[in-house]
Amino acid sequence: MHLKELSEAFGVSGCEDEVREVIIEAIKEHVDDYHVDSLGNLIAVKKSHRPSAISHLPKVMLAAHMDEVGLMITHIEKDGSLRFRPVGGIDDRILLSKAVLIGKDRIPGVIGVKPIHLLKEKEREKVVKVEEMAIDIGASSREEAEKLVKLGDYAAFATKFVELGNTVKGKAFDDRAGCAVLIELLREDYPFDLYAAFTVQEEVGLRGARVAAYAIEPDVAFVLEGTVCDDLPKKRDVSPTTRLGGGPAITLMDRTFIADRRLVNLLVETAEENNIPYQFKQPVVGGTDAGAIHLTKEGVPSAVVAVPCRYIHSPACLLSLSDFENTVKLMKAALGKVSSTKLTSLSRSQ
Amino acid sequence: MEIVPLLKRFSEASGVSGYETEVREIAVEEFRKYADEVRVDKLGNVVALKKGAEAKARRVMLAGHMDEIGLIVSKIEKGFLHFTTVGGFDERVLLGQEVVVHGRRDLPGVIGSRPPHVLPKEEREKVIEIEKLFIDVGLPEKEVGELVQVGDLATIARGFIELRDGFVAGKAFDDRAGVVAMLVCLEGLASIKHVWDVYAVATVQEEVGLRGAMTSTYDIAPDIAIAIDVGFGNQPGVPEADTIEMGKGPAIAFGPNIHPKLHEQLVKVAKDLEIPYQVEPIPGRSGTDAWAMQVTREGIPTALLSIPLRYMHTSVETVSTKDIERTGRLLAEFIGRLDEGFMEKLGWKLEAGN
Repeated sequence: MHLKELSEAFGVSGCEDEVREVIIEAIKEHVDDYHVDSLGNLIAVKKSHRPSAISHLPKVMLAAHMDEVGLMITHIEKDGSLRFRPVGGIDDRILLSKAVLIGKDRIPGVIGVKPIHLLKEKEREKVVKVEEMAIDIGASSREEAEKLVKLGDYAAFATKFVELGNTVKGKAFDDRAGCAVLIELLREDYPFDLYAAFTVQEEVGLRGARVAAYAIEPDVAFVLEGTVCDDLPKKRDVSPTTRLGGGPAITLMDRTFIADRRLVNLLVETAEENNIPYQFKQPVVGGTDAGAIHLTKEGVPSAVVAVPCRYIHSPACLLSLSDFENTVKLMKAALGKVSSTKLTSLSRSQ
Repeated sequence: MEIVPLLKRFSEASGVSGYETEVREIAVEEFRKYADEVRVDKLGNVVALKKGAEAKARRVMLAGHMDEIGLIVSKIEKGFLHFTTVGGFDERVLLGQEVVVHGRRDLPGVIGSRPPHVLPKEEREKVIEIEKLFIDVGLPEKEVGELVQVGDLATIARGFIELRDGFVAGKAFDDRAGVVAMLVCLEGLASIKHVWDVYAVATVQEEVGLRGAMTSTYDIAPDIAIAIDVGFGNQPGVPEADTIEMGKGPAIAFGPNIHPKLHEQLVKVAKDLEIPYQVEPIPGRSGTDAWAMQVTREGIPTALLSIPLRYMHTSVETVSTKDIERTGRLLAEFIGRLDEGFMEKLGWKLEAGN
């Protein structure tokens, strides 16, 4: 399993190089070919293992995004502190007092906070906006800071991967969890042509997946994700979206797409036949690469299967290794069924 | 002395006020390298004595506190831990923070944040009350019940970070930086002849009310006392008037908490030796061990050195190791100049009696 390496790799949207290198290293022995497209997507091909291609078998695309939410340096102050803006959706409130790594040289920095001793009572009741925050790298002037950091440099959270038991902690499980699942799936052989797309820029608008799907022209697509899990105890009764330990989460509908019911049924049947726990992700939270993929060209029947992750889009997320393993198991079994059925013969009944 | 590894070791140790065991062991071990005697007193303060050249010597006491602010488990709900704070935390810095829960064994955990995907915009503009925060140790409910109980402590998990130019960031530099400065001083005193006895004390429970300093000062009954703590370093968003400068040497405090002649003497030593220093005016309560030491027994002439530190009481406190080194050096040189007649030079009691 490559989750630790993937989680600790630096890969804010638009700067996924380190993640891509980790993945290439992990898959190159298991695929027939791979290339990196003009946006930075890594696309790997695994040809059907049958001697002569069977025409009725679909071309299957599996996608997981390599990028993570992070920060970008937008201004260097005279005093050497760095102003920044978020890349992707980050709640301002989780940024205070965190450690980050900046740019190609991974310069360490910290997001400072005004000491509590100097705060007026009212200030403590206000959320500090990202515009008011600054990163400290220990530089005492702009000139000094500019030797290490330049405008436009990306910054990622500095978080180590740790096993807490069956649960693990790390950053960027959205969507390194999906990347790790996809790497596992590439170890198997399939009777159909399989295209694995490790995409870029999901967090800023599903941009990598759009062009990858256009190039691949799949008959069917599965998106592998690390998804929202909001199962903390709460005063108000709101849905947890997914539950940690409840098995892979199958999406019915989110903000960007409605899942193909034939594929959802295939996944559910597969889970039940194989006694794999599964859950439905509560509609209509979040969006994934499937939002772009299913609208590519004439349209691509798509589904999303995800590992539930607590605290996504924060410096430290948690996921359950049994959920991870069950996601791999479910996808392997489901892909096995894809190979034995013509997609068109999957009934459209609800 | 290499300050970086030493400060790293102190910073990464846990020691919430009243529960300083882990950091105390380190303090004992490190003080033993430079002191003639090291003992732990009734409240848990570590007291190191480096004897002066004279048999019946006067006593100078140095104090830096080794406790840190932290969290304490207040309730366990479905395997998630509710908590409250020990010492002054800005609740806003807790969200998304990694912690270690000191249960039957140390458990890494996270103060969970609900993802932005499920939060309405108005919710993201509100500060989350501490009652709504949880520590998640990622274990099944049953296991959490076996390993954690109400009253267990938790500390912020923050590995030591080296920034550029001698700047470092981490937790509990308030006031482990002060403890390290005392060690620099003791090491310096190995090659500086001093006639006074030097008591260096790593105090407990400063963050909850200067308690360790109270009892240890009573016990030692020093002739003069110097607290070594951290002061507000200049940082974006804070008026310069409220801060001291980072990297410009220790701040020698001045105000009602400080004996003016001690202040003068510290400034003089710094000037003579060209040790960079700054002056920190404190108009009243200093909020440091100096505040307790000054009114111990019949009253003790007290001084305060502040090491400039940014982002106090967060997990990314930032200091310059140069400032720590200079603080220790200034202390050692100051102590080296303490002679038999020094108390008379202070002249405080004489003048007050006139």
